[in-house]
Amino acid sequence: MSAEEHHETSFYVKIWGILLVLLVVSIVGPMAEIQWLTLVTAFGIACVKAYMVAVNFMHINMTPRYVIYLVTTTLVFMLLFFAGAAPDVMKDSGTNWVKPAWIAEEAAYEAGEHPVQQLHEAEQGEHH
Amino acid sequence: MSARPIATTRSAAGMPTPRLAVWWVIASEIVIFGGLLGSYIMHRLAHGAWAEHAANTNTAIGATNTFVLLTSSLFAVLAHQAAEKGDGKKAARFLYFTTLGGLLFVCIKAFEWTTEISHGMTISSNTFWSFYYTAAGIHAAHVIAGMIIMLFVARTAKRNEELHRVEIIGIYWHFVDVVWIFLFPLLYIAK
Repeated sequence: MSAEEHHETSFYVKIWGILLVLLVVSIVGPMAEIQWLTLVTAFGIACVKAYMVAVNFMHINMTPRYVIYLVTTTLVFMLLFFAGAAPDVMKDSGTNWVKPAWIAEEAAYEAGEHPVQQLHEAEQGEHH
Repeated sequence: MSARPIATTRSAAGMPTPRLAVWWVIASEIVIFGGLLGSYIMHRLAHGAWAEHAANTNTAIGATNTFVLLTSSLFAVLAHQAAEKGDGKKAARFLYFTTLGGLLFVCIKAFEWTTEISHGMTISSNTFWSFYYTAAGIHAAHVIAGMIIMLFVARTAKRNEELHRVEIIGIYWHFVDVVWIFLFPLLYIAK
């Protein structure tokens, strides 16, 4: 990238300011405890922030196009991995296989046995 | 006769070789972190109990570290800007600020982990904490590696030498920042 293509300091500070505002939104949004709003504000904004850093700080748009293809290809590989592995990983059992530890953990959770809560109670017991 | 390796000076494939190399590094890093985060997401979606564990991570600390990394990224790009203008001393100064940001990030993380471990949440507690420490640990290792390389680059930049390296380490540092941008909502926000 040549010096002529470079932005002024104020431009970078402005991008940094926008990133900080987005950070605040990504923290405040999920406080409403609405699932779709959490997805949009936490993960949607993460994508926007990553795009802003890649374009404005890493200047990916000023690299040859094949670099963008390279990065996109690795992201597609990641999605392929997810699509291939998730059907097995996200199930507790299948034909001739079972995950007893996971089933036990989920059953305990469903029954209201909260491990973190128990941990806090145990700590409070120690203090008393 | 110049002692510089030819790979640092030639411009293959439409851009300087070091810049091409760092993009290759980033492509391979995407596969490493992508696999890790993809595994985390599929486990997290399948197990309601993980919400209970995730509730124990400290959002304020995660947000502070996000602020620190975003600010250090600003310093990294300002270092690049100074290097483009041929001001090595200024570039070095911004690289030192960036390194300080990295150091602050690691210190905050050390404090956070110490608190969690002292409360009984260790890497072997359950699969959630295994993912948590592995993902954040690999990321912190990248931060430390970046800081070390940045100090070397700053030393030469200060003498107005090898200024092209400032951009290369900057691109790497921004990538480390991008990884944290995704780790933050996954580990600290989705509860």
